[in-house]
Amino acid sequence: MDEILDGITQIDCDILVIGGGTAGPMAALKAKRKNPSANVVLLDKANVKRSGAISMGMDGLNNSVIPGHATPEQYTKEITIANDGICDQAAVYRYAQECYGIIQELDEFGIRFQKDQNGEYDVKKVHHIGTYVLPMPNGDTVKKALYRQLRKARINITNRYMATRLLTGDGRVAGAICVNTRTAEFLVVRAKAVIMCLGAAGRLGLPTSGYLYGTYENASNSGEGYTMAYHAGAGLANLECYQINPLIKDYNGPACAYVAGPMGGYTANAAGERFIECDYWSGQMMQEFFDELQSGKGPVFLKLNHLAGETISEIERVLHIVERPTRGHFHAGRGTDYRKQMIEMHISEIGFCSGHSASGVYVDENARTTVPGLYAAGDMANVPHNYMLGAFTHGAFAGEDAVDYIADVDFAGFDQGMVEAERTRVLAPTKRDDGIPPNQIEYKTRRLVNDYLQPPKVTAKMELAQSRFAEVRADMESAMYVRDAHELMRALEASTILDCADMAAAASLYRTESRWGLYHNRVEYEKDDENWFCHTIMTKGADGLPSSRKQAVQPYVVEIGEDEKDAYSRQRVGAGVAAE
Amino acid sequence: MPLAQTATTVPVTVDQALCIADKGCTVCVDVCPLDVLRIAETDAGKTAYMKYDECWYCMPCEADCPTGAVTVNLPYLLK
Repeated sequence: MDEILDGITQIDCDILVIGGGTAGPMAALKAKRKNPSANVVLLDKANVKRSGAISMGMDGLNNSVIPGHATPEQYTKEITIANDGICDQAAVYRYAQECYGIIQELDEFGIRFQKDQNGEYDVKKVHHIGTYVLPMPNGDTVKKALYRQLRKARINITNRYMATRLLTGDGRVAGAICVNTRTAEFLVVRAKAVIMCLGAAGRLGLPTSGYLYGTYENASNSGEGYTMAYHAGAGLANLECYQINPLIKDYNGPACAYVAGPMGGYTANAAGERFIECDYWSGQMMQEFFDELQSGKGPVFLKLNHLAGETISEIERVLHIVERPTRGHFHAGRGTDYRKQMIEMHISEIGFCSGHSASGVYVDENARTTVPGLYAAGDMANVPHNYMLGAFTHGAFAGEDAVDYIADVDFAGFDQGMVEAERTRVLAPTKRDDGIPPNQIEYKTRRLVNDYLQPPKVTAKMELAQSRFAEVRADMESAMYVRDAHELMRALEASTILDCADMAAAASLYRTESRWGLYHNRVEYEKDDENWFCHTIMTKGADGLPSSRKQAVQPYVVEIGEDEKDAYSRQRVGAGVAAE
Repeated sequence: MPLAQTATTVPVTVDQALCIADKGCTVCVDVCPLDVLRIAETDAGKTAYMKYDECWYCMPCEADCPTGAVTVNLPYLLK
């Protein structure tokens, strides 16, 4: 294994789904159910059994809109407010209307949701306004349940192939070029429609531990979706709205205020005092978190040690078996007992992820990108605060719409030169006798991201970042060297990460205002509704460099009252409010 | 530009006495999202091991191992 082999194969399919984490399996399933004769291929860089953000499951749904607990109008309003009003509501509203049906389907797959003594869904309040958080008692089984459905539906699963570039022709998508991560053999997939579900750009900033893979996101989510969309000419929205998350310091995984919050846990400063009113993530909440970390009252902790032993045992039961189960190992190693100590927290490195922000490949309410036949869903698409249920639901929209799309089209033609050019680019690091290994290219890129792009954002620093990135790119293109197919995968990821870093810098420089709290805290500029109440859309310019433009926010489906607009701006606990 | 041989400890350990790679098992290698595990052939037989220090400490290898041979520790830099 890992020996570099020379080979290229071409296959055809109706619908190619790239990424088998959360959105991808649902997209494939929905497409196949709507058109059982369609040839649907589900491709993954890892193994669909355990790939993606929910590799080890999830503790609950963060954003379920369940009749009797929340309405689609209320949810749409809340997400719009949480995103400073920059939100095309149609995609959020459709999600809010249809996600309940997806919950029922997941229930049929064998994924259970918490119910109260009356048999009603036991939805918890974590957000500022509405009630949307639904615990999943057997959340560790999500991937297994999905995999069973994929096998039953006879979806063609292709593991350990990494898509590197999309093929386009005739003004639409034509397929994808992929590389085997263990042999470096090429696979060209011709497809009538392509659904991208490649997750977040989770290896953009460098964790403070310095460990390249100690990221908040699944470290295999290195941002290929963003770069493939970019190089194929699709638009990407609001990339300056970074993802930054509160997390357990050093462990760099979620402390899960969404689990602990409804049971009485809360975010506190070193004195054990509450300083934010609501633990629901927004840019303004992260700004308050950041300010407290920098202040004399820091650092910041998750406080549970005031709770009853039984409550803490229940929190541990959830946190130590689901999503990031090594949390338990980590606390044991440090001698941290939730009953006695508070849990030290920090903020994550930056990344792109719509799951908790509003950036990503631009899509409409049918999960269509700006390239015909090309879809995106999940963390890489720009529907804000979508989380796991959003990935499932928009994955379903993509799968169903793609079936309609392929009914009227044949394969798009493409220039064979694209395949040859990509083979040359991909294999270049295998043709050298020595040089710079991909881990050093990646480390340097991500260290520069931390030094120059992490907010608070400063113009001169971001411009320096662009110069340093150009130097790293020159090194990468002339001297990156790999010894086997596994290292070649890392080399391709290093290239993706550098592309994402360039996009992050360009997007952040373009929006000359502050917006979304810490996420785009551009210290030289105030918030500016007059000039910047708009999306920014990035495409690949004619010169091969990122090019940005403004795009109007679509008229709201659900109106926001003047007195409601600022609900998420007032996060800090007012003077005189004592800690519990 | 020769490459150095810098040592690094790896977080995933495999109990060779329990590992059944000899019987053809590759479950941990198959499920790892980062693809960092491999099967080594030693004089004592085959065993899984962590070949690349690129671990998200996510646990599928430990959870899915049929014999409980795999342990995921935290990488030293962050534990």
